[in-house]
Amino acid sequence: MNPANYLVLAAVIFTIGAVGVLVRRNAIVVFMCIELMLNAANLTLVTFSRLRGSLDGQVIAFFVMVVAAAEVVVGLAIIVTIFRTRRSASVDDANLLKY
Amino acid sequence: MIAAAGVAAAVPGQITTPVIDYRQLSPLLIVFGAALLGVLVEAFAPAAARRLTQILLAGTGFVAAFVMVVVNHSFRGLVASRAVAVDGPALFLDGTILLLALGSLLLLADRSGGNADALVADPAALPGTQEASALLASTDTVTEAFPLMSFSVGGMMLFSQSNSLLTMFVALEVLSLPLYLMAGLARRRRLLSQEAALKYFLLGAFSSAFFLYGLAMIYGFAGSVELGDIFNAAANTSKDDTFLFLGMALLLVGLLFKIGAAPFQAWTPDVYQGSPTPVTAFMSAGTKVAAFGALLRVFYVGFGDIRWDWRPIMWVVSIATMVVGAVLAITQQDIKRMLAYSSIAHAGFILVGFTATNAQGLAGTMFYLLTYGFTTIGAFAIVGLVRDGNGEATHLSQWAGLGRRAPFQAAAFAFFLLALAGIPLTSGFMAKFYVFQAAINGGAAGLVVVGVITSAITAFFYARVIVLMFFAEPVADGPVVAEASGYAAGAVGLGLAVTLVLGIVPASVMTLAHNAAVFVR
Repeated sequence: MNPANYLVLAAVIFTIGAVGVLVRRNAIVVFMCIELMLNAANLTLVTFSRLRGSLDGQVIAFFVMVVAAAEVVVGLAIIVTIFRTRRSASVDDANLLKY
Repeated sequence: MIAAAGVAAAVPGQITTPVIDYRQLSPLLIVFGAALLGVLVEAFAPAAARRLTQILLAGTGFVAAFVMVVVNHSFRGLVASRAVAVDGPALFLDGTILLLALGSLLLLADRSGGNADALVADPAALPGTQEASALLASTDTVTEAFPLMSFSVGGMMLFSQSNSLLTMFVALEVLSLPLYLMAGLARRRRLLSQEAALKYFLLGAFSSAFFLYGLAMIYGFAGSVELGDIFNAAANTSKDDTFLFLGMALLLVGLLFKIGAAPFQAWTPDVYQGSPTPVTAFMSAGTKVAAFGALLRVFYVGFGDIRWDWRPIMWVVSIATMVVGAVLAITQQDIKRMLAYSSIAHAGFILVGFTATNAQGLAGTMFYLLTYGFTTIGAFAIVGLVRDGNGEATHLSQWAGLGRRAPFQAAAFAFFLLALAGIPLTSGFMAKFYVFQAAINGGAAGLVVVGVITSAITAFFYARVIVLMFFAEPVADGPVVAEASGYAAGAVGLGLAVTLVLGIVPASVMTLAHNAAVFVR
């Protein structure tokens, strides 16, 4: 199979993630969509690594996984705090700051 | 790290140990070391001694790192397997970030008008419950904020001096993640603070995903994420490569978000308003320096050869940012929100210097970042002192007649606003003068016209606050201005001194910026 197809797949996943961030209301789902975007970037990196025959892309993918894990820690802490306060994780309910 | 992997691939079974230039990296290592020690202090020091220990530890770290930046001032080169650049702009911006961090640290440690600071005693306490109300006047505080701040400062320094996009991405997260948490730590108005943290986190993570996808595209284009290799690859193409331009655009989205430039400015007012005021000051001063440092490095070093392709985009972004910031600031009724829109407008003015794409523009941009940072820290220091029963009195109507209640504080705030407006004899005027002059020399006179017009618009709403403070009748149950502690007075004094001195005798610092305005590749 042509490795370039994986680039297309990654682009599709990235788009699904980006659209999900924009249209979904639950903060957890929004956050999962962001993780989807990071994974799409990882897939792109690994595919380019294969296409170019260099290892750099795979090493970068490992860095991204670590960073994403750290992001989950911070993100879930914030979302859980919000949920405990408001009994809701909907991003539409967080609407005190405006104008 | 990446270079080591490359060598390993070339010679199977043999890995060359990368050379680490400890002296050149010492500012970063000191700041991160102080942050890690701070985590240990949290774990082992007795509760009573923690706060002071943390303040001293972070402060000592920043000062020591600044000393090492000065010691290294003549070094130019790439260190740590070409992942980190130590050159003029990197050293100048590192020094700026460290000085601004010291100013912000004073605010974070400040306990003016009582025994409580701006940070919550227990972030897990549910707002509205008796437990949380009892904690409002408590002398407890989340001392974790100090090591978090040190981590963030280290990330900011690394962000502006990384020579590889991977290092830059990691630095972006290291600077952002602590800030997301710190945004949610306000002692009062917990709901607003938590909401600010949520919005900042979700949008920040969204934008860093764009940055990462851009990194992947550039890797596909150049086969490397080192800025020097990207420059060479871009110079040797017919300049119509999809991956190159896709990657450049995606990287730009991530960087412009951090800067708070239009059309990615929507988070700025919400996050600035909801965060604890010391954190807002730190965010607006420090993040702007770091993000502009990264933007300059990526686009001047990595994409320097294709500047004619990205300059038109920067024209549009710069104009949009100036107009959006200036026009929307007029309608604001909250002082922190107004300063947030003002920071958007200033991002636009700094982008004018960036779009000049000459050495003068680079020097002017760095000078502007320095002056803006100190002015904005001073302004937020005053905002933190004006209070009513519910904490800070940030509604504009409450500031009426403040000049009669507290003439010194109101005069200092008026001076900061004049500097932000760019009135002569303040550093803001010199900074605007330099970037506009550079833009005219760089063939961007159109931007200067928009810049001058929007400057006039911003002057209107700054002047409105000054008139309100000095010429309006004080409201009956208006806010009180807390007696400034040594920390707050230090931050205000630092802001006043830098704003005034650089407004009258900017030559020495400007010469420093000029001499520093060369990137290594």
